[in-house]
Amino acid sequence: MTALQLVALLLVAAGGTAVVFVPDPLRQALVLSLYGIALTVLFFVFQAPDVALSEIVVSGLALPVIILAALRKIHEHERRSDREAGR
Amino acid sequence: MTRRARLGLFAVAGSVLLAVLLIGLRGLPAFGHWHGVYGLLVSRIEPSQRHATDIVTALNFDLRAFDTLGEEFILFASVAGVALLLRQLRDEDDAERSAGIEDHRFAGASDALRVTALVLIPVLIALGAYVVLHGQLTPGGGFQGGVILAAGPLAILLAGRYLALKRIAPSWALEALEALGASSYALIGLGGLIFAGVYLKNFLPLGTQGMLLSAGTMPLNSLAVGLEVTGAFLLTWTEFLDQDLLVQRGGGT
Repeated sequence: MTALQLVALLLVAAGGTAVVFVPDPLRQALVLSLYGIALTVLFFVFQAPDVALSEIVVSGLALPVIILAALRKIHEHERRSDREAGR
Repeated sequence: MTRRARLGLFAVAGSVLLAVLLIGLRGLPAFGHWHGVYGLLVSRIEPSQRHATDIVTALNFDLRAFDTLGEEFILFASVAGVALLLRQLRDEDDAERSAGIEDHRFAGASDALRVTALVLIPVLIALGAYVVLHGQLTPGGGFQGGVILAAGPLAILLAGRYLALKRIAPSWALEALEALGASSYALIGLGGLIFAGVYLKNFLPLGTQGMLLSAGTMPLNSLAVGLEVTGAFLLTWTEFLDQDLLVQRGGGT
């Protein structure tokens, strides 16, 4: 195992742990994206560039857009039901 | 269940899992010393017998093209499901209520962000097209390139002009693109059945290794998957964002 591979493995371990321990979903979406980049580096240094490319487009782009849209919708829904409860 | 009982249960289950894992890990080959023959075999036959240089694409679109057909339709079905569910949830009179909105602008879309988005659009589309078309030559292929291609129009959203995105990529066009990609893949497979006697068999001339048009049907398959993925991702994103930006505004919040 090269030093680069070791660093990538440690980054992924730290990243995965970080995603679990972030309490706020909005920040969690961002940390998840960063974790995806760590995974991309891991796949790349283990000589799987095809998988790395898939990983970076899915975690850096496809997933965050959907998560952010869903979070915004949930917040809006909560605001509305709060207002109706206050009426 | 009390906290104590849960901890006890976890201790039992955790220790069993640890034991099983340790037994399993002992049987693994040493790091970097895998002795399987499948990878070696594929690496040898794909460049010589199919003239492809990216073995992963060769696997997806040639050796295991049938698996890719399944994946293709999993994506198709799930996107159709998302669209159905979200359209069902939306109010009937959305279109009327949001008709007055000329354009959606984010408060945070500064000039710098808009210029960055404008620069990103052509770069992303060029990169996506490159990755799709060089599927059988370099790492990448239809799926990866398709998502990058879909990201090009999405940059318009980043510039805070969501309705402009809806204008250049209306739902009917995205649906057609997705259906065209999925059906092309199935039809290329049918070509194999007609011209070579086996469904999804590589029936086109293989060409010179390393050229853009080589490896038979692989570039066509890659293109079909690329179109489908572009349509699928843009459709999913716009369905979610419609739900978010248009319905919310129409709802009078």
